[in-house]
Amino acid sequence: MAGRTGDAELMADGSNGSSPIVVVRDVHKSFGDVHALAGVSLEIERGTVLGLLGPNGAGKTTLVRVLTTLLDPDEGSATVAGFDVRRERTRVRPLIGLAGQSAAVDDTLTGRENLEMVANLYHMGRATAAARAGELLARFDLLEAAERQARTYSGGMRRRLDLAASLVADPEVLFLDEPTTGLDPQARLELWTVIRELVATGTTVLLTTQYLEEADQLADEIVVIDHGRIIAQGTAADLKARSGGEHLTVRVSDLAALEQVRDVLEAEGDGPPTVDEATGTVSVAVSNGPARLAGVVRRLDEAEVAIADIGLRQPTLDEVFLSLTGHRAESEPADAPAGAV
Amino acid sequence: MVVSMEALRMEARYAPGDILQLWKRNMLAYRRQPDLLVFSTIQPVMFVLLFAYVFGGAIQTGPVEYIDFLLPGILAQSVLFGSTQTGVGLAVDVTSGMIDRYRTLPMARSAVVAGRILADTTRNVFVVGLMLGVGFLIGFRYHGTVAGAIAMPFVAVLFGQTFCWISAAIGTSVRRAETAQVASFVWLFPLVFVSSVFVPVETMPDWLSVVAENSPVTHTVNAMRGLALGTDFWEPLIKALAWMAGIMAVFVPLAVWRYRSIQ
Ligand SMILES: Nc1ncnc2c1ncn2[C@@H]1O[C@H](COP(=O)(O)OP(=O)(O)O)[C@@H](O)[C@H]1O
Ligand SMILES: [Mg+2]
Repeated sequence: MAGRTGDAELMADGSNGSSPIVVVRDVHKSFGDVHALAGVSLEIERGTVLGLLGPNGAGKTTLVRVLTTLLDPDEGSATVAGFDVRRERTRVRPLIGLAGQSAAVDDTLTGRENLEMVANLYHMGRATAAARAGELLARFDLLEAAERQARTYSGGMRRRLDLAASLVADPEVLFLDEPTTGLDPQARLELWTVIRELVATGTTVLLTTQYLEEADQLADEIVVIDHGRIIAQGTAADLKARSGGEHLTVRVSDLAALEQVRDVLEAEGDGPPTVDEATGTVSVAVSNGPARLAGVVRRLDEAEVAIADIGLRQPTLDEVFLSLTGHRAESEPADAPAGAV
Repeated sequence: MVVSMEALRMEARYAPGDILQLWKRNMLAYRRQPDLLVFSTIQPVMFVLLFAYVFGGAIQTGPVEYIDFLLPGILAQSVLFGSTQTGVGLAVDVTSGMIDRYRTLPMARSAVVAGRILADTTRNVFVVGLMLGVGFLIGFRYHGTVAGAIAMPFVAVLFGQTFCWISAAIGTSVRRAETAQVASFVWLFPLVFVSSVFVPVETMPDWLSVVAENSPVTHTVNAMRGLALGTDFWEPLIKALAWMAGIMAVFVPLAVWRYRSIQ
């Protein structure tokens, strides 16, 4: 293990352009009986976005806390820019930014004071700190609210302020722990735009999310984690391919017919169909899609089921998760906003 | 946890400035949440008035006026109860995620706790001043030297500061602010009442007076009374200072260590 860490350090120090900037080797972390991380290894290439995708309790925050020097791993090692997060935390801290799961914003301070305080704690010098705060307020569209206490901010504004605070020292690696959890769809879209712009400037990002769509939208590489273990890794396209390619979806207007449609798709498809009663749709993975499509249409016609919509499409990451883990990417209600996933 | 030389160098270099930053932040919070300040001042003032007028007639304090006996005690009691706010404030910061942010910054590791305590101590200076003012209005008088009169509230503030470190160790060890509050009062109440704060220790049953006589609260209050009334104060003062030094020797490192190992 020590040898490997040494290698990573050498590569990073040697500023080899293609060396990973974050290296995690077999990290374990338990809280009592709970194995929050049960042997996680991954690498993040400089300038890329890694999406860490998993349901509530998967271990995402624990990994982020290990990588941001907040938590010592029980076993294994991790380096950021070649520095060990446990032994060289004073070296790691100036290089990282963290926007945690709950926006770490001081309610009684104004937006500007929040950013200036963080800048001062990076020991930037008063003038630089003030300039940096102004710059970030402008960049995150918070200038108008800059002199207001953060307690008056909306959820989206708090997240943007939190993100701004994590960028004060121009970190090389940015950790975003569920940046859009709890935001309404509009605010989420806005934050995605902000994150995309950030990535365009070359910042390396580790982003955790429960939203499959979010990982698909923002990440170059996705790591799926469940119960402290990595269960899949690849690009969004890779992961989709792994869940059996195309999906055949049927939507009915009469919910009473859902059972019948399910039976038909079970017979024609390659696996168990998923039924979504809310939208009245049933879908199943199929190979040789066009032929199956014709078969399904014929059978449903014979059964006199009225079809509202039918088609072939790529699987969603939700279906990928289901095929990888055998359970849906469900989140505990306490933590998930309505309509999540 | 690995303590490197580099971390220690950073501590020495950045601690004063970082503590000041956190002090500023907490003072702003006090200024902008007047309810916090009102609550932390009304309660002690109420105690002065209630005890002076309700118990004043019933409690015999020999040749000394009860208000002269009471005020030093009630100052100590107020800074002690006030010290619970250190732990509550830190626990709130843990819950809100602020502590996570601080701990990822390249700042002095003692600054968050020390900055909080410096702000709470500043508040204590204000509270003690206010209580002295109210005390004067209802008849409290100094009977000792000028130096003693100045030193008396100073000892109270120093004493409060000491207990803030215990409170900080609790606040960084619990998960919720409410827990920090309750966990502090559980030991503070007996500590304050089994002492010479409100009544002379001699009036207690023997077994209890033994405990009370050796309490840091009793030593501190007796020292403050000595300073205010112009009677003996050296012996209780030295014992009080020894207690404070002992408490800090244990709880300063403990609080900082707890802060650093928050999970
Ligand atoms: N400080 C802690 N004490 C005890 N258990 C914890 C702590 N932090 C996390 N856990 C547990 O570890 C597991 C992983 O948690 P976490 O990393 O927060 O998951 P996620 O961020 O993916 O929702 C969960 O079962 C959680 O309850
Ligand atoms: Mg989490």
